[in-house]
This record gives sequence, C-alpha cells and structure tokens, in this order.
Amino acid sequence: MSESFNLNVNGVNYPVNVDQGRNLLSVIRGEVGLTGTKEGCDDCECGACMVLLDGQPVNSCSYLAVQAQGRAITTIEGVMVGDEMHPLQRNILDEGGVQCGFCTPGMILSAHALLARNAAPTEEEVRIGLSGNLCRCTGYTKIVAAVQRTAVELRK
Amino acid sequence: MSFTIAHSVDEALAALAAGARPIAGGSDLVVSARHGKAALPADLVAIDRLDELKSVVATKEGVSIGALVTHHDIEMHPLLSTTCAGLADGSALVGSPSTRHVGTLGGNIMNSSPAMDTGAPLAVMRAEVELRSVRGSRRVPIEELWTGPGKTSAQPDELCVAVHIPAPAARSNSAYIRLEYRRAMEIAVVGAAAFVTLADDGTIAALRVGLTAVSPTIFTGDLVGQVGRSVADAAAAAAQMSMEQATPISDVRASDSYRRHTVGVMARRAVEAAARRAAGETIAIPVNRAIGIGAAS
Repeated sequence: MSESFNLNVNGVNYPVNVDQGRNLLSVIRGEVGLTGTKEGCDDCECGACMVLLDGQPVNSCSYLAVQAQGRAITTIEGVMVGDEMHPLQRNILDEGGVQCGFCTPGMILSAHALLARNAAPTEEEVRIGLSGNLCRCTGYTKIVAAVQRTAVELRK
Repeated sequence: MSFTIAHSVDEALAALAAGARPIAGGSDLVVSARHGKAALPADLVAIDRLDELKSVVATKEGVSIGALVTHHDIEMHPLLSTTCAGLADGSALVGSPSTRHVGTLGGNIMNSSPAMDTGAPLAVMRAEVELRSVRGSRRVPIEELWTGPGKTSAQPDELCVAVHIPAPAARSNSAYIRLEYRRAMEIAVVGAAAFVTLADDGTIAALRVGLTAVSPTIFTGDLVGQVGRSVADAAAAAAQMSMEQATPISDVRASDSYRRHTVGVMARRAVEAAARRAAGETIAIPVNRAIGIGAAS
C-alpha cells in the first residue's frame, strides 16, 4: 500500500507518495529527483548510497523511505556551503581522491559525519570512518589524505 | 499492508498483538527482503522513535540496555566499553559506521543469526532478555531465546524491550574475538567470547566461553574444571573444548574443518584477552584491532 508523507531533504520538504517497501535511495533519486546519491551494490555493502539521517550515516539502499519521515536527510547536494564547495569536496578534488567519481558522494557524507563528531581523527580513525565505503579506483590513500587535510583546515 | 509509527511501547505492543511486525533500523529486515530471502512483512510498526528503549541504566544488580541502543552507542559507551568489554568488542565489529548507527542490540539478538557478534558476549555474561507483550512481561536467559537460525522462543506478539546483564564479580571481564577476512562489512567466519573471573592469586575462579558461527545457535560452555588453574592452561583447555564442541557447516566462506580449527584459536585468544582485562589491563575496543586478527599494521 502506498503511503503519503514528507521527506525533508537538505532542508526542503518534498511530499511523496510511495509504496511502504520502497527504499530511501530510490525515492531520493526517483521521486525527489536528486541523483547525486548513487546505487552501487544495492546490498548495504559499498556505501555509494550513503546519506545522513539526522547527521548520522545511513545506507539509503537498505532503509525504508517511510521511516525517514520527520528526520533531516542530507545528500551530497546539501553539502555545499552556499555557492562554495565544502572543504571536503575541494580537498578530495585537490588531493586526486576522485577518479571515476561514483563513490565520491558516499565518501564525502561518511567523512562529513566523522568530522562532525571527531574534529581531529587519526589516520586509523579516518579509515574506520570510511570503512563502509568502497572505492575501486584510488586505493583510498588520497581520499584519506583529503579528509585529514579537511580536518586540519576546519580546526583553524 | 500497513505502516505505523509507534509513539509509545504500549502502542507498539498493541500493533504487534494485531499482527504487525516491528522494525527498528531495518538493517536485517530490509536487506533480506531485497534479497528475496524473506518478504517484508505486510504490516509494520516502526519502533525506532521509542526513546524509552534507548537508555543504558546501571544498578547494583547490573546493567540494563534498552533494545534500541545501537551498536555505535555500545561501542562508545563509557560503562559498557569497560565493564562489558566483550559486548563492546562485538558491537564495534558490526558492519560499518552506518550499520552501527542503524543497527540495534534488540534487532541483533532477535534476528537470531548464529553469526551475530553480540550473542556470544551476552551469553557468557549470562544476560537475560526482557520480552513484553500486551499479556505481560517476562525475562528469558538469552541462550533460551535462540532456538535456531532466525528463530527465537519469543511469541509473535512479544517485543524485546531490554537486555539485562548481571553485575560481575570483582576481577571479572570479557572479550570477543572473531575471524574475519576484511575489516568492514564483514560477518564472523567464526568467533569466540570469554568471561573470566580471576582469583586473588591470578588463577581462574570462573570461566565461560561462547562460540559464534559454529552451530545453529550461539554455543556456550562453562569450564568449571579450569577453576584454580592458570590462565594459560585454561585458555588451552577452552581452545580444545571449542574445537570438540563446534559443529560448523561448510559454505562459501569457510570449510567446516577450517572453522573447527580457527574457533579454537579464537577461544584461546578470547580467554587470554578477557583475563588481561579482568586483571585490570585496558585493551582497546575492539580486541580484534588491538591484538592479532585485523590489527592495524
């Protein structure tokens, strides 16, 4: 049976009417129309679909859209600061942490949640923070460096 | 087909009595439904907003953990990560940061997977599960909860509301270690938990071992014969017992003989780590990262 409810994505309320079994990922992409969130494995393994739910990272492929009502959802489209890239976005580009780019939105959201609760993570803590996100291009080193550089920058 | 959001435990219990199934984070339910393993229940009641099930309360009798306390909460909790270290070891190994934020303790134990990471540590700590329904409330020793893979002794209208862990004797602690092939998004190939109480002279006063992913449900055994023996002897005996008692399956992840061998290794390391903690040493959560398997290079 379909359910009607509002999804708050990046501070904007979107009324949706979807089946109760629909996952958050497909509703964000197909109904809300924001396609920065990616479908990778569709099995809670790769992290390409990562969004923040009330600031915490969630695999949107494996979370019911209907359960996200009344919560603040942040996608990659909501990470920019006005017209400026977020330091995480700028640094991941500068460090060469983006190749095909498919994992990048999920990586940035996991890193965003990590830095929100740990302003000065060690390299090991960054690797654990990103451990739910697979990248098949970069070998992770440059992504980890970008997160560490951002942490230093945000502490200034 | 219906979906309701419960605003109180009583509302949730009424929905269960009417035939709905509970959903917290959905990390097991939604993933199995998407795999076609088990269809999503037609009637769902969301329990994830029940703040009354999200607390950790310590009393003289022990600690009570609300069913909606997440793995992330357990891993970071100052009391649980010290006095119930084995449980924190298990929660810290679940999935990834996102899984640990979404996944709850109640969900983990009620899913009754033989590979669950919180089961063996809870069993060795003699945890009890509080089940509530519109008919009343009861406590079940956690080993009596699990009746088979994916099966529990809970009635369909019962909701797991809390897990109670009795206060341990002085000089006691626990540890949980698993064999894993990668450091994230992994499920235990095999695992072992140990609860150790040390006598004043450093010998074993009590020892209990729990095994993960080597039988249809979590296996637990008391090693009463090890009382008065050294930690090293008891660890060796625990390894032997674990290899003898394990009845593992062969699957894509490991053969039965490999599981039987490695569960002994895990048991020995779990006893050693629990004994070091019982003696007052701090070993970072999770033990997997601190000693041996999966340790950072």
